Amino acid sequence: MKSLAELEAIRKATLSRINVRTEEKGETTRVVIGMATCGIAAGARPVMMAFMDEIQKRQLPHVTVSQTGCVGMCRLEPMVDILEPGKEKVTYVHVKPEMVPRIVAEHIVNGRPVQEYTIGAAENA
Amino acid sequence: MKEIALHLLDIVQNSVKAGAAHVDIGFALAQDGTLTMTVRDDGCGMSPEFLERVRSPFVTTRTTRKVGLGIPLLMQNAMQSGGHVDIESEPGSGTTVTAVFLTGSIDCLPLGDLASTMATIIMGSPDAPEFSLRCESPSGRMDFSTEEIRAVMEGVSLAEPAVVQWIQESLKEEIEPILGGIMS
Repeated sequence: MKSLAELEAIRKATLSRINVRTEEKGETTRVVIGMATCGIAAGARPVMMAFMDEIQKRQLPHVTVSQTGCVGMCRLEPMVDILEPGKEKVTYVHVKPEMVPRIVAEHIVNGRPVQEYTIGAAENA
Repeated sequence: MKEIALHLLDIVQNSVKAGAAHVDIGFALAQDGTLTMTVRDDGCGMSPEFLERVRSPFVTTRTTRKVGLGIPLLMQNAMQSGGHVDIESEPGSGTTVTAVFLTGSIDCLPLGDLASTMATIIMGSPDAPEFSLRCESPSGRMDFSTEEIRAVMEGVSLAEPAVVQWIQESLKEEIEPILGGIMS
C-alpha cells in the first residue's frame, strides 16, 4: 500500500479545507450522479472519477459529489444533477468524462450552466 | 456491463441497501484461469421465498418500478464465460453472492478497473458499511479495508476527493501485480 503517512498528510490538508467549508455554511454546491444499474452500464463510474479529479485539481472545498439511484430516465444516463443554493437544479444528460472539465469550469466555477449538455437541449433536439 | 468490476459496483448496492455493517469483497484467480468473485455482507438477508425469485429480472425491492437487472446481468455474463452465480442468504444474518468466471473463455469480460470501482463504492457510502477487499492469485495476495483508512483519518470523511483519489491510486498499485493479467 502507498504509505499511510501520505494519508495522514491528506487528513491534515483536508481538515483546513473543511474549516473553509464550515465558514461558508449553506453555500455548498452538490454534484449528484446516477449510479444505478443503468447509470453504471452507461458509463457513470468514469464520470464520477472525472468530477473527483477536477474538484481535487481545482481545490473546490464547497463542492460535494454524491450518488443517487435510477430516476427512470435510463436512456439519458449517465445523468448528473448540479444543485446550487438558491438556484434551480440543472440536469446534464449523456455525460462523458471529457465533458466534465467544462461543466466544472463554466457552471460550478463561473456560474453559467453548459446549455448544450443539459436535459433541455437533449429533449428539444 | 463491459467489466466484471462494473458488476461489482452494481451488486454492492444491494448489500448497502440491506443495511450491512460489513461488506467483504474477494477476487480469487486460480491457476486454471477460474476467477471467483465473492461479495459477503451482514445485512438483513432474504427469505427463502424471495431468494428463490431474486434471479428474475422482474423482482426488485424498489417500489418505483418493477424491474431489477443487477443480478440477472451478472448471471448472464458469468454464464456466458462458462461460469455461474450462487446466492446464499439467511434473514437476519446476511447474503453471500459468488460469481465464477472462466477467464480463458473468449466470451469472458475483463476484470476492468477494480480500483476505480472500490473508490466509487466508498465514495457512495463513506460512513458505513465498512468494506474490505482481498485479491489473490498465484502471483500473490493483497488486503485492503476501510476500517484501516478510517482509523488514520480520525473523523475526516472518506468521501473527500483527496482521500478517494489516494484509495484509487494505492489500490491500483496493489491490484496490478496480482490480477493485472485479466484486467483488460
